[in-house]
Amino acid sequence: MAEEKRTRSPRKKPDRIPRQEMPVRSAQDRIQDFEEVALGFDAVLAQKEAQRCLQCPKQPCVDGCPVSVDITGFIHLITEGDFIGAARKIKETNLLPAVCGRVCPQEEQCEQVCVVGKIDEPVAIGRLERFVADYERNQGTVVLPEVAPPSGKKVAIIGSGPAGITVSYELLQAGHKVTIFEALHELGGVLIYGIPEFRLPKKIVAAEIDTIKKLGAEIKLNMLIGKTRTIDQLMNDDGFDAVFIGTGSGLPMFLKLPGENLNGISSANEFLTRVNLMKAYREEYATPVKVGKKVAVFGAGNVAMDAARSAKRVGGDDTEVSIVYRRARDQMPAREEEIHHAEEEGIIFNLLTNPIRFIGDENNHVKEIECVKMELGEPDDSGRRRPITIKGSEHLVEADTVIVALGTMPRKFIAETSPDIKTSDWGTFLVDEESGETSKKGVFAGGDIVTGSATVIQAMGAGRVAAKAIKEYLAEN
Amino acid sequence: MYKIVSKEVLAPKITRFSIEAPEVAKSRKPGQFVVIRADETSERVPLTIVDSDPKKGTIDLIIQDAGFSTHCLTCCEEGDGFLDVLGPLGRPTDMHKYGTVVCVGGGVGTAVLYPIAKGLKEAGNTVVTINGARNKELLILEEELAKVSDELIIATDDGSYGVKGFGSTILQGMIDDKKKIDFVVAIGPTMMMKAVAEVTRPYDIETIVSLNAIMIDGTGMCGGCRVTVGDEVKFACVDGPEFDAHLVDFEEQIAKHHYYDEEQACQMDKIITDAEQERA
Repeated sequence: MAEEKRTRSPRKKPDRIPRQEMPVRSAQDRIQDFEEVALGFDAVLAQKEAQRCLQCPKQPCVDGCPVSVDITGFIHLITEGDFIGAARKIKETNLLPAVCGRVCPQEEQCEQVCVVGKIDEPVAIGRLERFVADYERNQGTVVLPEVAPPSGKKVAIIGSGPAGITVSYELLQAGHKVTIFEALHELGGVLIYGIPEFRLPKKIVAAEIDTIKKLGAEIKLNMLIGKTRTIDQLMNDDGFDAVFIGTGSGLPMFLKLPGENLNGISSANEFLTRVNLMKAYREEYATPVKVGKKVAVFGAGNVAMDAARSAKRVGGDDTEVSIVYRRARDQMPAREEEIHHAEEEGIIFNLLTNPIRFIGDENNHVKEIECVKMELGEPDDSGRRRPITIKGSEHLVEADTVIVALGTMPRKFIAETSPDIKTSDWGTFLVDEESGETSKKGVFAGGDIVTGSATVIQAMGAGRVAAKAIKEYLAEN
Repeated sequence: MYKIVSKEVLAPKITRFSIEAPEVAKSRKPGQFVVIRADETSERVPLTIVDSDPKKGTIDLIIQDAGFSTHCLTCCEEGDGFLDVLGPLGRPTDMHKYGTVVCVGGGVGTAVLYPIAKGLKEAGNTVVTINGARNKELLILEEELAKVSDELIIATDDGSYGVKGFGSTILQGMIDDKKKIDFVVAIGPTMMMKAVAEVTRPYDIETIVSLNAIMIDGTGMCGGCRVTVGDEVKFACVDGPEFDAHLVDFEEQIAKHHYYDEEQACQMDKIITDAEQERA
């Protein structure tokens, strides 16, 4: 069966191969450290899974991918045992397959529209992507794409997260000079400061981003555009022909409740930055991170799961970590896989619960949270049933550490110093959807700075759109 | 790498560094700060820019050895470098002509005060500076402040130099003497800034303080530097570091400063143990 070449016959029922499970470390084992949770397919599993692909001529999966990876193409190469070829096939449109294979919500994109999924579980496209990317990297056979002759044009990329990296990759291949301005001391944006090591090892992020450096991108760390230099200075004094802004959505939102400034209460951004960027969980690193015995994480998105699971690892076995969320389980915005992993790791889900105020001790340190219970009412604008407070349900929840993961908003450094770039009331940049161009000539934007908090792959998709438009713009100007 | 061009010990545990950071030197304004990281395993530490020389491409920082990370920074030598220097961060001081301004500096806060006093002088104000320290030995920037002040009052807690007393008490004396004061800037230990705020509050004298909040990135991402200002929660890194002294919740800031005391103590113990082991 394994050697049999698949034909296009979805009706072949009796001997259908089931979706292959990816090996994962046991919960008890993995909460002891920050090493990666999922172990990935091996070649046997990958080839078995690849054979489940029907090679549909219509390729709905490719349309479901924000960066249009040739999914059937790379999966076909896996069935032939050409793993390196498969990795290169993905890299034609996606520089970060090892990243995307790990953090993309495939269940809402390529795998959601997979034809196999209509009669069975969809092909595990994400796991296959991850496998070939890891395979290529581990073999040390990563080759650089071909680069067009120098165009003589140069582009400033502001922010080195998924959007900025994608634009850089595309422009470098087209022969343009690229300078990346990053405010932090490492490249990668949210991939570095936000997503924890156990879900996305930083070595892997660095290895994929390294291609950008090898292709000749100039890297300027510790440069906060809007403070260190302005967009106008880049374009008028420094000679950049175009600018791409991919500064993301970095400003954490808080609950705006009494007592929220007590010690022991932080944003998920702060907690995760201490752990991920500053490596506070490693003894040789000086940045401290504090986790008590009772941790409450507010929010139920992927960031909340990351914060809760990181807190469990920092705090140790006798630390109790809860997700506190005002709606019910099936309304949680996090990926099912993340929720499942959190549950396995002993994270408690305190659902239909909403905080009212934080209560501190004599040292101004949080000790309790007053909460109310909620019930679900009629659907609201988002289509989700609206949570309604149950009268008289006030109760105290003990907590010595509180992490607020409610989402983020764009920061204003560029908007304040470039008033000719139009923004929404939320501070997001208004762009032409087809091109990503802002109201300022030659300035493009994409990713969370345009959409508000979204996913890595959506930012990369926006990066591809902008890169195409920038190439056209450079050809005309 | 941002090279240390010069290092000068100003007082016990207080060191002045001049660092090559041309982009920051070009764009900084009084009141702004940088975040620096000495090496790979170091914390990111926010420090106010004391002065800059755009031609040489250098900025000056004054660092007080007050814990593990600042201790490590002050151990760096001329010719070494800091791995990362990010800035200028924060909002510059709102410089305009107020009339007579009193600048009250306490301890190493004087380092933050100096560029502001200088800027206020350049903006055409009559600048009266109260330069305070615990004792004569710990007093810094006397000469520099004298140059930018119309009147300079030295104050020490123990009376070992200048007037004996706190900056806030001296300021109260000026108000009692009916001296016309249009604007007050107070920078130093949080208790001292709080005391100055209480002195000027009854007279409605516009007063600002510069907060030394705990922060990681310094760019509005972590929210560790939250401060309650009136009815609002602000981020010291992007909305500050200067705020209306009459609206700041100083008690909250004092509590926040003690949050990592235990970790600091542990790290300092480690330094001492390491040093002892090296000797043995």
